[in-house]
Amino acid sequence: MAYGEKVLDHYENPRNVGALDKDDTSVGTGMVGAPACGDVMKLQIQVGDNGVIEDAKFKTYGCGSAIASSSLLTEWVKGKTLDEASQIKNSDIAEELALPPVKIHCSVLAEDAIRAAINDYQGRQVAVAEKQSA
Amino acid sequence: MSELKLPIYLDYSATTPVDPRVAKAMMECLTPDGNFGNPASRSHSFGWKAESVVENAREQVAALVNADPKEIVWTSGATESDNLAIKGAAHFYSKNGKHIITMKTEHKAVLDTCRQLEREGFEVTYLEPQADGLVDMDKLKAAIRDDTVLISIMHVNNEIGVVQDIKAIGALAREKKIIFHVDAAQSPGKVEIDVKDMNVDLMSFSAHKTYGPKGIGALYVSRKPRVRIEAQMHGGGHERGMRSGTLATHQIVGMGEAFRIAKEEMAGENERIRMLRDRLLNGLNDMEEVYINGDLDHRVPHNLNMSFNFVEGESLIMALKDIAISSGSACTSASLEPSYVLRALGRDDELAHSSLRFSIGRFTTEKDVDHAIKVIRQAVNKLRDLSPLWDMYKDGVDLKSIEWAAH
Repeated sequence: MAYGEKVLDHYENPRNVGALDKDDTSVGTGMVGAPACGDVMKLQIQVGDNGVIEDAKFKTYGCGSAIASSSLLTEWVKGKTLDEASQIKNSDIAEELALPPVKIHCSVLAEDAIRAAINDYQGRQVAVAEKQSA
Repeated sequence: MSELKLPIYLDYSATTPVDPRVAKAMMECLTPDGNFGNPASRSHSFGWKAESVVENAREQVAALVNADPKEIVWTSGATESDNLAIKGAAHFYSKNGKHIITMKTEHKAVLDTCRQLEREGFEVTYLEPQADGLVDMDKLKAAIRDDTVLISIMHVNNEIGVVQDIKAIGALAREKKIIFHVDAAQSPGKVEIDVKDMNVDLMSFSAHKTYGPKGIGALYVSRKPRVRIEAQMHGGGHERGMRSGTLATHQIVGMGEAFRIAKEEMAGENERIRMLRDRLLNGLNDMEEVYINGDLDHRVPHNLNMSFNFVEGESLIMALKDIAISSGSACTSASLEPSYVLRALGRDDELAHSSLRFSIGRFTTEKDVDHAIKVIRQAVNKLRDLSPLWDMYKDGVDLKSIEWAAH
């Protein structure tokens, strides 16, 4: 199938590939998808004390659209508060990358990934707070 | 030495270019000064001349597979041949029984035809192949019932290139007096075909997998023993009533010439192609976590099907824009289902998603293969650097131990 220009750009030059220390309490990790379905996304965010996402990294196993969706997402979430980041919709990603209907699930997965990373981060914060009050 | 021409075509199992010698023969059957007549015209020399080249082509096709020319019926391609053979035989012999045996790794032209017959009240057994892709003869024997009227097993698999033991299956079918159909779309010029020795009753052929044109194929219908089929296409009674429709002289001549060349050149050509395939295999096989799909010994020399674990096939193909190949991953369908052939072999979905099919042919060069090896290695390494699964594998995580959320 033919890919759009933006998908190709992200695929050829993926942004923010890599990993953050998943044991760092300021890091949230979201891993979504399944190998059997042909795509797995791992998205990590580093959150500052002010609740702003300072850094984001990804690794993705999947088709070009899945790689592009996660690459784009890391660009978008940086500098956003958790609230703002959690409002990113899959349709925004699909629109920006001009994904065809058969590839919409890639953007859905990216939305799931940021939600999962935020949840993971928030869970860690609760655990840290409980430890301190205990 | 020929120059490297990009992109490199390594998808000969999808289709082949028409051999220039074939194209030349075809062009002589089109224009006003050529052999354009209707082979069915009895009243003038235009018809007689056309009929003569059609019959010559019939002999050429028959000669490659050791059939009698009278046993060759022209069709529009292997899909039509499969339909005509399976529906035609099932309908004709339905008074003897309504059970059919085929295999899960057959081409869709066979599987979907069988599905249609199921809707018409036939029962179909779809055999699981062994892990190497070959028919389990014991399972086949066990599947035969008193009301089994037809066995349809392909010769060469289109995805993994494995070659079934048609002779052994033919002997069994003949002994049990069951009609035996073989989809041989992928075999002419690649493996020896002898319909008599193999005890085949019906065999489907295509021209465009063997350097002939698209849109033409043939069905072998045995006369000794006499096998009957019900026509699916009705009309002027062409092809002894089995397939009506004006014969496409240029297409038929093209198929004949393509099969003539295949017969004359296959021995040398296959040796050269095997050398190229092994070169490709050796250039990739030392990478970590690569798997060959299907048996390597019982396989046409043209095919290599490999899985590159932890890399998804479609993204791999995207990285390999210099080479034209197929993937067993289908991320374009809503179901995201990988190749049903690889799944039938018992391959994990992950490995099926990570598979590539390379098929080598008449115009492939050593330079093509060397370039393909280089870009594949680069692409796999690049995508593994991007793959969270590769990281986990490297960290010693067992991916099977993780509960993935299927989506």
